[in-house]
Amino acid sequence: MTLPQISLLIVLLPLIAAAIVGLFGRHLPRASAHWLTIAGVGAAFVLSVIVFKATLNGYTANYNLYTWLTSGDIQFNVGFLIDNLTAMMMVVVTFVSLMVHVYTIGYMHEDPGYSRFFSYISLFTFSMLMLVMSNNFMQLFFGWEAVGLVSYLLIGFWYTRPTAIYANLKAFLVNRVGDFGFLLGIGMVLFYTGSLDYASVFQLAPSIADVQITLIPNLSWSLMTVTCILLFIGAMGKSAQVPLHVWLPDSMEGPTPISALIHAATMVTAGIFMVARMSPLFELSTTALSFVMIIGAITALFMGFLGIIQNDIKRVVAYSTLSQLGYMTVALGASAYSVAIFHLMTHAFFKALLFLAAGSVIMGMHHDQDIRNMGNLKKYMPVTWITSLIGSLALIGTPFFAGFYSKDSIIEAVALSNITGSGFAHFAVLAGVLVTAFYSFRLYFLVFHGKEKWRHDSHVHDAHHDDSHDHHHGLSPTDDPHEPGWVVKLPLILLAIPSLVIGYIAIEPMLFGDFFKGVIVVNNEAHPAMEHLAHHFHEVLHSPAGMALQGLMTLPFVLAASGVLMSWFFYMKRPDIPAAIQKKLHIVNQILENKYGFDTLYVRVFADGSRFIGEKLWKIGDIQLIDGAIVNGTARLIGRISGKVRHLQSGLIYHYAFAMIIGVFLLLTFFIKIN
Amino acid sequence: MMTMDFLNSHVLSFSIWLPILAGVMVLLLGSDNKPNFTRWLALAFGLLAFAVTLPLYTHFNYADGGFQFQELARWIPAFNVNYHLGVDGIAAPLILLTSFTTVIVVIAAWEVITKNIAQYMAAFLIMSGLMIGVFSALDGLLYYVFWEAMLIPMFLVIGIWGGENRVYATIKFFLYTLLGSLLMLVAFIYLYHQTGSFEIADYYQLPLPLTAQILIFMAFFMAFAVKIPMWPVHTWLPDAHVEAPTGGSVILAAIMLKLGGYSFLRFAMPIAPDAAHYLSGFMITLSLIAIVYIALVALVQKDMKKLIAYSSISHMGFVTLGFFLFSQLGLEGAIVQMISHGFISAAMFLCVGVLYDRMHSRQIADYGGVVNTMPIFAAFAVLFAMANSGLPATSGFVGEFMVILAAVKYNFWVGFLAATTLIFGAAYSLWMVKRVFYGDIANSHVAELKDINKRELLILSVLALMVIGFGVYPQPLTEFTHATAAQFLSHMAISKLPVAGL
Repeated sequence: MTLPQISLLIVLLPLIAAAIVGLFGRHLPRASAHWLTIAGVGAAFVLSVIVFKATLNGYTANYNLYTWLTSGDIQFNVGFLIDNLTAMMMVVVTFVSLMVHVYTIGYMHEDPGYSRFFSYISLFTFSMLMLVMSNNFMQLFFGWEAVGLVSYLLIGFWYTRPTAIYANLKAFLVNRVGDFGFLLGIGMVLFYTGSLDYASVFQLAPSIADVQITLIPNLSWSLMTVTCILLFIGAMGKSAQVPLHVWLPDSMEGPTPISALIHAATMVTAGIFMVARMSPLFELSTTALSFVMIIGAITALFMGFLGIIQNDIKRVVAYSTLSQLGYMTVALGASAYSVAIFHLMTHAFFKALLFLAAGSVIMGMHHDQDIRNMGNLKKYMPVTWITSLIGSLALIGTPFFAGFYSKDSIIEAVALSNITGSGFAHFAVLAGVLVTAFYSFRLYFLVFHGKEKWRHDSHVHDAHHDDSHDHHHGLSPTDDPHEPGWVVKLPLILLAIPSLVIGYIAIEPMLFGDFFKGVIVVNNEAHPAMEHLAHHFHEVLHSPAGMALQGLMTLPFVLAASGVLMSWFFYMKRPDIPAAIQKKLHIVNQILENKYGFDTLYVRVFADGSRFIGEKLWKIGDIQLIDGAIVNGTARLIGRISGKVRHLQSGLIYHYAFAMIIGVFLLLTFFIKIN
Repeated sequence: MMTMDFLNSHVLSFSIWLPILAGVMVLLLGSDNKPNFTRWLALAFGLLAFAVTLPLYTHFNYADGGFQFQELARWIPAFNVNYHLGVDGIAAPLILLTSFTTVIVVIAAWEVITKNIAQYMAAFLIMSGLMIGVFSALDGLLYYVFWEAMLIPMFLVIGIWGGENRVYATIKFFLYTLLGSLLMLVAFIYLYHQTGSFEIADYYQLPLPLTAQILIFMAFFMAFAVKIPMWPVHTWLPDAHVEAPTGGSVILAAIMLKLGGYSFLRFAMPIAPDAAHYLSGFMITLSLIAIVYIALVALVQKDMKKLIAYSSISHMGFVTLGFFLFSQLGLEGAIVQMISHGFISAAMFLCVGVLYDRMHSRQIADYGGVVNTMPIFAAFAVLFAMANSGLPATSGFVGEFMVILAAVKYNFWVGFLAATTLIFGAAYSLWMVKRVFYGDIANSHVAELKDINKRELLILSVLALMVIGFGVYPQPLTEFTHATAAQFLSHMAISKLPVAGL
């Protein structure tokens, strides 16, 4: 088989599996749902590895599969661009997806929507692959919205739960706000380059870098700044950046496997991938990069704070995802695209791991998600415990772990950046390290160490429950939690391995080697951070091990370690202190509980506002003005006149009317015949 | 052999008259005493009528931007009126859509219509022929006759099989239409006086001063804007839809609205190109109002049919917007939007029909959790709602995507306002889905619902295939329109103002 054929199979196999299981799942044996889809995505993974190896040996390809549409001289194609960036994303997506497929066998085994779930996640894999493999903006937008669709379907998977169907509508609409900007950005690209193919757009971009446009009279903007910011608005929706982040925490209403796959490892990173893919455009606008960096920095820090006060195990991980997406975005702003992609990859592994581990805990706790009811689970769930510890250490950036290499590179890159906002961003990512370590280990200690709190009758029950609500939930005080079977444990272990080692292996080729050469473009004169970073690595650190050893003596490590210590002190040693602080800092706590008021604001202003305006336009505009004054006024006038004439007529109207039509036909034929 | 030749040279005549004659036959042969015979007869005729339109697809010459399948006969020589038919790349797909949708409507009525079956079926068959007549007439008067005649069966469908408030709705519909049609007739008479002909082609060549062009344009505008409908002459549509039986709504949304859009391209714009350019700002403004204002109104509707009716108006805003951007992308996008909206709105109204047949309510508040009892149906409903909100890989995306891209090029802020449909379209479509389909079973009526039967499955599947098929591969649609759209735009670029005699 040739590589283009293999690439096509990678996309089609998950789609075919999804279609078979989705359309005929209810007529097939239950187990066929997972066998078919696992076969599809498993094969896609193996083939992706083959393609990845080929790209390591220098294979790149850019070709169209078919012409979707032509209009005038514009051609819209469906096609693939296979290069190192694509191939790496393909491997990550199919691998995490495969892990999640296997895990789902255990997690969803009692669920009546078993085959539907497998169909959806396979369809998601297809959509995500279409997104990353696209060679043009149209198909990118297709994948972009298609993953949004599957996300919508999966957040609302348990469609009888009011919170779930609220969350999925919210997710779709907030994403559509992002897509609104994205589509306008695509429109600008098409307008000024006459094409939507990456290759031609990127080739033309430098020649229009100096174009100024006037959208508001007397105000001239750089075309590239406007275009890049519009495109980035799309990324803000999909990758949940402030202020379009509000949908991601609520997306936790979906089953845990998809929180891992879609809302942590892959879909939410689509925005990061997109900006990295568009580096030839973003490099042309330092203003846009500043915008990207500041948005990312705000997300990284302020979403991290919210993780501290969450008590739902999945929500803690969700806010951590938001914060980490902020880190990636900051890296993009610093022109360290490869670092952002690197962090995207390491994060995909350790965050998928953390989510799946959280799911394992939830199963063990009989679908109780409140971390205040847990404790000492290390005794009962050793595999979940160890893998969670690995994931948490990777997340907080412990040297030698995968997350260390990517996160530390981000912090360094920001430190070396000199664009507007880099000072604030540097502070935010540093402070974020402390916050991340604090909430991560707060979760870890509360869940795996300390007292077995479900044994007390007083355990709390206000957190969400990750199951259909007729389902039993919560452990009774006399029960012991049990670790689920191998279909759950195996994915945890397989994800823990890259969480440990992938950073060490990949940092040198990905960040400082030729891996992204020709794929990611950096204007080293204007944005030298990456160049300096590479110089520092080669001259001072020499190797990944050297970087880790050096990392033990730097500020980020001190911050991370203090975060862990603080959480140990607050939640293990002196649990009375957090409560006291909460009382003392009542207002701060209130602000955090309200998530800075974004949700309330959006509901009041946008949702209620649109309905209010719609209601007024309908009742006043349509009914009172157009209908009331004009239409019915005329009707009444005619009614009065015709009331007098009506006596002349009798019989049924439709008789008359049919006679009229037949008369018209006769007349027509008569005249035709005569001539 | 002879018959084949005759068929091939009279494709359009057959497309028009076969369903009309079939309707008369159904009226004569069918009755409520033998309901199944009547239904099968209507279906057989519907399929036959669809089959005779197929040469418009198989024998269409994509390279030719002019009129094809032409037929010409003298009709009223005294006034130089001809029986002149012909289609271009805009009319042909719309005719196929018409004959296709008629089959769907016949099947959709199967067990639902139990009284006056023959009359119901006949009305739709006849209406189909008359609408195809509108799409293929190349003579102004012939067009006008078809235009007026097709309304009669629609009045009947709403008036006889309609809901409680049908009289109000019918009168409103009639009044609106009458006003527009009369002005159009005046325009035709004026053009006849100028050219001594009712040939549309003659009108295309007629030089006209700007004032005359504007008056002609506005006269046509009144007729067509009502039909599309454009804001602010749209308020008949929600009422008509609410009162119409399912089949009536399907034809109204899928075909009748397109007659207005089509006629802009056939008459108002090419006859008065300078006026069209002169008034393009006005038309674009009205289109944007339709897209934004109407979408907000759709959001707060409590009746499903009204919601979809308002959604139709909002989507038709993209059609008129695309027309007046004067670019190939915008124009073709508008045409794709017309075809796509035919499938999607038909499917949406059929979905409401499926629910109405079971619950006898169109109120959103009466539903909730339908997915629990009708999972297969819910899957279709979600698909069509997604298509309605313009999801890529459904046909609903294609036209909007093209028009929005063209609009950004025309003016960023026009594109900006048009693109709000991404948000509002999704908001009203999916909020309705949430309230009707998701959640716990809302009441005992919902609990008793039975999922769709094989007949309903068939029609929804066919429409789903169309919606996804043209979403994944829309090229066949634009292949129809390339040459015609290019020719149209080059015609529009040439001023018809009389050269000033200096």
